[in-house]
Amino acid sequence: MACFLISTAEAVVTTVAAKQIEKNENLREVNVSEVKYSHKTPFSKKLKWLRNMLWGGSALLLFEHVWHGEIVPFFPFLTAASNPADAAEMLHEMATVGVTMALLVTGVWGVIVGITTAMEKKAEKEDAAQIAEHAEN
Amino acid sequence: MTLLTSAVAAIVCTIIWYKNAPKNDMKIGILCWMYWGATIMWFVDAIFEYAELKAEYFSPAPADMLNDFFLGLSVVVFGLIIWLVILLIKDPKGVIKSALSKKAN
Repeated sequence: MACFLISTAEAVVTTVAAKQIEKNENLREVNVSEVKYSHKTPFSKKLKWLRNMLWGGSALLLFEHVWHGEIVPFFPFLTAASNPADAAEMLHEMATVGVTMALLVTGVWGVIVGITTAMEKKAEKEDAAQIAEHAEN
Repeated sequence: MTLLTSAVAAIVCTIIWYKNAPKNDMKIGILCWMYWGATIMWFVDAIFEYAELKAEYFSPAPADMLNDFFLGLSVVVFGLIIWLVILLIKDPKGVIKSALSKKAN
């Protein structure tokens, strides 16, 4: 009915947070005179993965809702909002399906971030070992 | 069917993205995240529907299946349109920029 609205709200928050974090990261980079080579992906970029998943998923689900006639181009836009019984059902669906959707997308993103962080740490360790080997020779 | 269609689209896009990595001129990554996001969301939808319908969920009426497949294909096309708009606006290869500057000259 309107389950995608929860993900859309999270997408808005993620977009704002990613912009702010990116700004802070850029400021920090300007302050550092010696920029070190690093395998690390900035957190703002990782947050953009979540943002893209949430916006993309919400947009495609919006299309599905329009297809099923649950969203209309005139007020109140959500057909379920036109009477109290349907509105209650809609809110229940948002609280169950919608919240689960947002949580699972965020959970999957968390797993992806965890894996990439582990890969970055491994690459940095390998680099450090190579540098140490060069120094010994 | 919509879940399956978006999952197939997500898998195909991820394969294309991986094949071309680290080059990302075509911004395929955006398409991957978009389809994966929708696939996860429809997966959750499918779980809730399964909890309600039980085994009946796996034997939909042919007409419903066809309609869902039609919807799935339309969703894939809609996703491609969004990606195309983003690609043309961001113009990572500078094609539109150079075309416009040529016209101005």
